[in-house]
Amino acid sequence: MIVCDIFNYHMSIDLKTIKHISKLSRISVDKKKAEKLAGDLNSIFEFIEKLNELKTDNVQPLTSVAETTLKLRGDEVKSKNLREQIIKNSPQENEDYFVVPKVIE
Amino acid sequence: MSDITKQSLSELIKNIKDKKLSSTEVTKAFVERSEKSKELNAYITEDFSAAIDKAKKFDENPNLDLKLPGIPMAVKDLFCTKNVKTTAGSKILNNFTPTYESTVTQNIWNEGAILLGKLNCDEFAMGSSNETSFFGCVQNPIDKNLVPGGSSGGSSSAVAAQLTPITIGTDTGGSIRQPASFTGIVGLKPTYGSCSRYGIVAFASSLDQAGPMAQNVRDCALLHEVISSYDEKDSTSIDFKRNNYVKELTNNIKGKKIGIPKEYRVDGMPKEVEDLWKKGIDYVKDCGAEIIDISLPHTNYALPTYYIVAPAEASSNLARYDGVKYGFRADGENLIDMYEKTRSEGFGAEVQRRIMIGTYVLSSGYYDAYYLKAQKVRKLIKNDFDEAYKKVDAILTPSTPSSAFKIGEKTNDPVSMYLNDIFTVPVNLAGLPGISIPAGHDAKGYPLGLQIIGKAFDEQNLLNIAYAMEEKINFKNKIIDWWIK
Repeated sequence: MIVCDIFNYHMSIDLKTIKHISKLSRISVDKKKAEKLAGDLNSIFEFIEKLNELKTDNVQPLTSVAETTLKLRGDEVKSKNLREQIIKNSPQENEDYFVVPKVIE
Repeated sequence: MSDITKQSLSELIKNIKDKKLSSTEVTKAFVERSEKSKELNAYITEDFSAAIDKAKKFDENPNLDLKLPGIPMAVKDLFCTKNVKTTAGSKILNNFTPTYESTVTQNIWNEGAILLGKLNCDEFAMGSSNETSFFGCVQNPIDKNLVPGGSSGGSSSAVAAQLTPITIGTDTGGSIRQPASFTGIVGLKPTYGSCSRYGIVAFASSLDQAGPMAQNVRDCALLHEVISSYDEKDSTSIDFKRNNYVKELTNNIKGKKIGIPKEYRVDGMPKEVEDLWKKGIDYVKDCGAEIIDISLPHTNYALPTYYIVAPAEASSNLARYDGVKYGFRADGENLIDMYEKTRSEGFGAEVQRRIMIGTYVLSSGYYDAYYLKAQKVRKLIKNDFDEAYKKVDAILTPSTPSSAFKIGEKTNDPVSMYLNDIFTVPVNLAGLPGISIPAGHDAKGYPLGLQIIGKAFDEQNLLNIAYAMEEKINFKNKIIDWWIK
């Protein structure tokens, strides 16, 4: 079993990287959460590094498990007038639009 | 008629068709038992009074030609159900009521079944113990404070505890088979492309499949027959000839070649699991099948591959939860602040962890080293199976490396939690069908399952082998209703 202890081994994913990923993920993290995540991610990546044992230079990556080509369909409208349904679960009520915090000054 | 909830799906259907039971009687019986079983926390949303109304309506003019005539059933809360709240076990969807129905559940209602409610699951199906659910842990009816497995933990608990005669779950890395194994029931993960993904809350789109969970193989075959369909709303749905899985169900598996992969003998596997596997081998031999030793050399690389591919796809799929169009929204000073707070407060720790992993492996400079590498290894894993299937018709393995564990036992160590799925994950990576059947108990009296892995689209053969083995194993679940006062 791999024991996760953030202080006892070299951290390849440091707090700066966590901050960067959290920005890309649009998930805010405070310092405490960042430290926990760094520990978890390091133990997970240590586990993932096992793949480097394999030589894969001449292997084609798998793109789909089923050996079929994607079906094409005609560019036809099948359902319309769904505005009410689409807006229904909007977190801020407004019958016509999605409302977000102001984005222009 | 007493003990309605103890009856299997096939028995209930027969009794309804013979007019010995009405849909209302059956539905009320499952509602009453569910009401008495709140301690299991199997449901997120109950729809009991609507279910009884629908049952009464069914009985007024019963269509007994349907495959699931007036049968009540609860489903995993990952399937969108029109006008019934669908949460995926997450705070971020706690206020989400779909305006449309998933194809799989629509297929079920079209055959006459009635929705009882929505069953608990790990948040966005990310977990192996149901402990990541925003709505709390689920109790395994086998023993108090025991996890029911995951992610379809509410589903496995509800079938084992007879709160629903059957159910459907979803399986991305073992989420049907592992909970089935932990609770002593049957769970089938169909071939990728068999069941439509339309209207299922997405986790990892190249791995996700819906499948049936039931008390026995026949019920499982019947439900699979209902849910498996080609659907143009899912671009990865596959148009192939589907069987009448129940009609063609047979216990005659004479001459079938069953592969035993040596790589599934992992270090630290309890002797009970090893012994059970040997017993399973004897059972299939008794049925006249031939045992062939095979090798799946890249088995050990399946979990690391999975923990790149699945989080990568998840990070992309879950980008849609931004607090704008639906779901939970946190207040923020500006748009970006609102996004970041919404996702930080709306997602639980495991989901955030996986989004972070996925974002990292797809980020600039790391894509080749991680994601592309994983897709190449995934190809090698699939090649292993293709090679094996030149020699065998199916593969027999344990379902899980251990029986169910206690709530809280593995929550602090994500990697040890991930190891639960060591035998199930390769099947998803290769897009194959796999079934877990209950096969025995460990020293604590907890159920253990065996997994049969089939060729793509060969669910019939898989079900037949499971059916033949089930007859030999004659498993009885030991459940004493400890949660009912």
